[in-house]
Amino acid sequence: MNKEKSYSSSGLKIFLWVALVLLVNGSALAKSSLNMTQGVTEFSKIAYDLHMIVLWICVVIGVLVFGAMIYSMFAHRKSKGVTAAQFSHSTTAEIIWTVIPIVILIIIAFPATKALIKMEAPTDAEGKNIVMDMTIKVTGFQWKWKYDYLDEGISFLSTLKSDSNIARQIGSGINPATVENYLLDVDHPLVIPVDTNIRILLTANDVIHSWWVPEFGWKRDAVPGFVNEAWTNVKKIGTYRGQCAELCGKDHGFMPVVVNVVSKEDYANWVESQKGEQKVAAVKNNAQWSKVDLISKGKEVFNSQCATCHQATGKGMPPTFPALDGSAVVNGPIDEQIKTVVFGRKGTAMAAFGGILSESDIAAAITYTRNAWGNTAKDVAQPKDVKKIKNS
Amino acid sequence: MSHAETHSHDHDHDHKPKGFVKRWLMTTNHKDIGTLYLIFSLTMFIFGGALAMIIRLELFQPGLQFVQPEFFNQLTTMHALIMVFGAVMPAFVGFANWMIPIMIGAPDMALPRMNNWSFWILPFAFTMLASTFFMDGGAPAAGWTLYPPLVLQGGHNLAFAVFAIHMLGISSIMGAINVIATIMNMRAPNMGYLKMPLFVWTWLITAFLLIAVMPVFAGAVTMLLTDHYFGTSFFNAAGGGDPVLFQHIFWFFGHPEVYIMILPSFGIISEIIPTFARKPLFGYVSMVYATAGIAFLSFIVWAHHMFSVGMPLGGELFFMYATFLISIPTGVKVFNWVSTMWKGSMTFETPMLWSIAFIILFTIGGFSGLMLAIAPADFQYHDTYFVVAHFHYVLVTGAVFAIIGGVYYWIPKWTGNMYSERLGKIHFWWSVISVNVLFFPQHFLGLAGMPRRIPDYSVQFANWNMWSSIGGFAFGLAQIFFCIIVWRTIKGKGTSKATDRVWEGAKGLEWFIPSPAPHHTFQDGAPVNDEHLAHVSSH
Repeated sequence: MNKEKSYSSSGLKIFLWVALVLLVNGSALAKSSLNMTQGVTEFSKIAYDLHMIVLWICVVIGVLVFGAMIYSMFAHRKSKGVTAAQFSHSTTAEIIWTVIPIVILIIIAFPATKALIKMEAPTDAEGKNIVMDMTIKVTGFQWKWKYDYLDEGISFLSTLKSDSNIARQIGSGINPATVENYLLDVDHPLVIPVDTNIRILLTANDVIHSWWVPEFGWKRDAVPGFVNEAWTNVKKIGTYRGQCAELCGKDHGFMPVVVNVVSKEDYANWVESQKGEQKVAAVKNNAQWSKVDLISKGKEVFNSQCATCHQATGKGMPPTFPALDGSAVVNGPIDEQIKTVVFGRKGTAMAAFGGILSESDIAAAITYTRNAWGNTAKDVAQPKDVKKIKNS
Repeated sequence: MSHAETHSHDHDHDHKPKGFVKRWLMTTNHKDIGTLYLIFSLTMFIFGGALAMIIRLELFQPGLQFVQPEFFNQLTTMHALIMVFGAVMPAFVGFANWMIPIMIGAPDMALPRMNNWSFWILPFAFTMLASTFFMDGGAPAAGWTLYPPLVLQGGHNLAFAVFAIHMLGISSIMGAINVIATIMNMRAPNMGYLKMPLFVWTWLITAFLLIAVMPVFAGAVTMLLTDHYFGTSFFNAAGGGDPVLFQHIFWFFGHPEVYIMILPSFGIISEIIPTFARKPLFGYVSMVYATAGIAFLSFIVWAHHMFSVGMPLGGELFFMYATFLISIPTGVKVFNWVSTMWKGSMTFETPMLWSIAFIILFTIGGFSGLMLAIAPADFQYHDTYFVVAHFHYVLVTGAVFAIIGGVYYWIPKWTGNMYSERLGKIHFWWSVISVNVLFFPQHFLGLAGMPRRIPDYSVQFANWNMWSSIGGFAFGLAQIFFCIIVWRTIKGKGTSKATDRVWEGAKGLEWFIPSPAPHHTFQDGAPVNDEHLAHVSSH
């Protein structure tokens, strides 16, 4: 019996020690990068402040309740010869510990309500609705983001950068620590101006995604068939990184969000350069391409846009992602394959790429698949063929 | 002659059916069915735990080392489905079967044949669910929440998962009907509703939750099935449906479901604490009302799982306030447990240690729950490891700790042997330290921005993930040790014989029957005096 007792009290000491270390760590970490970020928008600061208020309220309640309990565990032990009291209720105590939490909750509810209104129905200091300066449409795809600048007519895809994508493969032999911004870098980041009210419309093409940059202070789901709305106004120039936050299939962990926040002048210059690039793309869409050019461009498009599912080897990952090597569609009539790529396949993971990729990119990718691996079609799709089917 | 035979037969209370098939497959005995549930639950706990070990192995370091992302998603999905429906829920039904008839002085459950059926459905349902691992395209990989449209991409595993869910839903509903019928009809004379042990009360309320929400879940997954196979568009916007509709239906089931997994734990803790404090449960009546209050609130808070889905401001405010309210009855429970300990005469045998750890760690899970209820802050927390930490604190250090504590508390009654107190304490300290190393750092990961359900992560998350994995392996190993302790107790190795009373401070009818509990108890009715009961003494 004695042995039992000493065992249990030494156990208690270990437990208390661990609890103390965790508690001290917890409060020290509030200042380090392991806590929620304060971010770079008004809203992210609000979210952080609310988080800290509630955290500290919980810490205080925890110290009081656990303190009483731990005191009791030492003071009210049988081994100290205590005989048990037999009381079993106290109306006063029960009223007190019902009313106090209610009061605390009401106190928390005020700032929380104000913050929600700020996010969902933004107004300025005089209570007027905030006017949005520009609108960007964000579309989630498996597994990339598409950004449409509705005011400027600029539009592009944003996918995981290739160095991360190579390093993340099993057996790549590359240490992720040697890759800059591993898994948090993209080929084309979203570019937005600083100090600007930006409306962000969110939707998705296939499954539900969620667009999240922690420094902006919120995430919002991108739901296929519906348009969600959010807004932000970033106060600080810089590059901010986040990730898709809603499970969206196998490469959910590999579709980062990167936003470059630049000065208003830099943004205007960037818009001009993008418009120039879009003109070049339009020329490409109207041109007649040689087979060699189509195949070399097609390989590039295929590896960045199609290979996550159908694999660079064309072997796919059946049954969800069928093989293209030897596929009846890829070796059959070319219009059928163009239709599949442009309109997608309902009820499968095959997305409609007609609105995602340019006509020249689709033509190139299709030409590549029909000439690659063991495929025997060996024919050519031109951008105008794609355009014809797209407009049919 | 024949009269004499019948007579002696009636008094042979411990006759058990001979042979494995008759004893176990065809059993209608509540104790044997309870044992089957508990063994099944432990098996699923180890299986679901093994899946978690692979998850933690992959997350030990950044970069993919062991599994492909699509298999990783299957692991997280199946880990959750198996732990929720295979380990935690059947464990509580096992406790209910074993203890409710004894605690209320009934000879058996009200519907013993249905009882047999509700158990024996389960192994088949889970065999079907687990078989999807070997199918083309693998197991379901859209998370245990089965959100469309993603889940509809999965191929034929969907049909298997849906039918498995139907079967275990039928099992749960039958189990719940049985619990309600037993408690309402078979209480011994003098066992009024407000004299029932709190474990019985929490289960009565849980049973109503089960009957209310399992059909909703069955309906939701059936709609997935028809969307996938019969061309309906419940959740397909292109056909006029709405993917978010599924989330509303799922969480209308899902939130009560999480209370289905915690209310019986409250019951177990409310039995253990008074025993080792040698003091009546504080605030018995308020405990009953708090349980009922939590059950009611569980129906009106579901959309707090969906703050980031894009709801109107009014909806967000309503679900935020309603969620706040849950902390009030939950707080009442915690305060009552602490007050039960206060001025008691405490000893710290293994069940008590698990219960104390439950109170502290479950409350930490409750704190993070309150934080998550703050909608504007949830825009940051949502779908991160902060959420993963939160629900593992309430489900592992909450539900699972209560289950383990309950096993230590009642196993002497079940087997007639005391478990080894030394091994039990080693198991406790090993588990309680490792579980915090496992889950506490996940709070930091979530706050620092690591989303949940990802197989690989940016290097800034490497340190805490490694700690979490180390804690995970240690915690997993501790539960293998638990299996050994249970095995040794059943076999009577290194243990002593249990007395009938088992614990000095124990009250309640189960402690007035022999240890091990005879195969049949209270065949001729139970004589219940108020002195038998834990909480009636000082009313």
